Amino acid sequence: MSQEQIELITIDTLLEKVRAKKAQNCRLVQISATQLPGQIELTYSFDLNSQLSNLRLSLPGEEPHLPSISSVYLCAILYENEIHDLFGVRVDGIAVDFKGKFYKTAIKFPFASVKLPCASSAAAPAADAAPCATTPPATTGATK
Amino acid sequence: MARTVIPFGPQHPVLPEPVHLDLVVEDEKVIEARPSIGFIHRGLEKLAETKDYVEFVYVAERICGICSFIHGQTYCQAVETIMNIPVPPRALYLRTVWGELSRLHSHLLWLGLMADGMGFESLFMHSWRVREKVLNIIEATTGGRVIFGSCKVGGVRRDINADTIKTILKDLDGIEKDLRDLTRVFLNDRSVKARLCGIGVLTKQEAWDLGCVGPMLRASGVAQDMRQQGYAAFKDFPVVPITRTEGDSYARCAVRCEELFQSVQIIRQAFAKIPDGEIAVKVTGNPTGETITRTEQPRGEVVYHLKANGTKNLQRFRVRTPTFANLPAMLKVLPGCDLADVPMIVLTIDPCISCTER
Repeated sequence: MSQEQIELITIDTLLEKVRAKKAQNCRLVQISATQLPGQIELTYSFDLNSQLSNLRLSLPGEEPHLPSISSVYLCAILYENEIHDLFGVRVDGIAVDFKGKFYKTAIKFPFASVKLPCASSAAAPAADAAPCATTPPATTGATK
Repeated sequence: MARTVIPFGPQHPVLPEPVHLDLVVEDEKVIEARPSIGFIHRGLEKLAETKDYVEFVYVAERICGICSFIHGQTYCQAVETIMNIPVPPRALYLRTVWGELSRLHSHLLWLGLMADGMGFESLFMHSWRVREKVLNIIEATTGGRVIFGSCKVGGVRRDINADTIKTILKDLDGIEKDLRDLTRVFLNDRSVKARLCGIGVLTKQEAWDLGCVGPMLRASGVAQDMRQQGYAAFKDFPVVPITRTEGDSYARCAVRCEELFQSVQIIRQAFAKIPDGEIAVKVTGNPTGETITRTEQPRGEVVYHLKANGTKNLQRFRVRTPTFANLPAMLKVLPGCDLADVPMIVLTIDPCISCTER
């Protein structure tokens, strides 16, 4: 990215950095997750005077988790529940936690590659087997 | 007073698409609203990992059936930013025209739905009658009515010739007159005002803090419109955001009404200045890099986050749609309102669940 500013941060400094953004009266634009090999990359985007700034952190490991920022930005509840339901990232302390029921997807954590659907759906109906079989190569490779 | 939970949706007369609210009510007052979405999540973002990035513009356009063109445009802009593709000026002007035609038909659709929601059937029909004239222009210039298929990476697929431009400008005069008649009713009719004024109030700071976008944000007094950033041809004719300060349902309606005239004016300006030349450049190679691109859809700011690693498939395609950003504000304004006002308040965010469940 050229015009957008990205600041690399860690989980430990996440809340502090987000509070600083709030103190500047930034608007939370979005939280975006990207599944990379062996890690999930999170991008928190903020707007101030129509200028975008981003905080970025990486979550390594097979059971990624991070603290919620919904105590600072209430609207983060939707993004955080989404990240949990699609990527399997555990977000601790969400102000409104849907506990995995935000999206009613046929397979669990469909956007994650660390833990994919087949493992947890042994007793699932046969229809569930199809998405597993057609999982994109990049994703399937990471599960092995 | 005993509390009762009333389910609202996912099937409801005012909801064309499925969203569910558990409304906790005391007598006729809403105390709390608990949302539930995700009934039709399509996983289109994941699809980008298996589709060619050039072909994927067709999928991006189908994220929404109403603001489809601007979805395709934003996707193309994002890819063009990553690949540093110089889009011909004429293509940028054509994108601007089609984007504003999208805004016109989307706002007219919304006005009709809102009139229908409040039982004002003749106003609903008039709104959609005018919308039909806009759809006719879109059909004449793109071949489609809501899915245009005219935007591609590197430019646009179709041109608009001088004769057609003259016809469109003439049609716009008639449409503008219709809009004047239509919005006079929306803004002055006693029964419309009774349903909207002072209902669902969101203050300026609340709208900002809750991450609102588009007419929802501007109706609360925040002058922000992504067209100010000068994408497409907006760098040649700056857009002044239309704002209101009341922050209620009426203000959200009024902002959309005024934006109709703004869009007509932008189309006229674009046709007056449209340069001659090519409408597309050839695109070769695969994208490498990342961008976050924002544009202004009828419902507000849309955010595209693209990440590419040099293959023909994108590594990440993420879309934050305007309705997704406006849902927290909807939940904020519902508590305290009368149960009968819930449909109007829900409608004033112009919810598009198709976008949200991309």
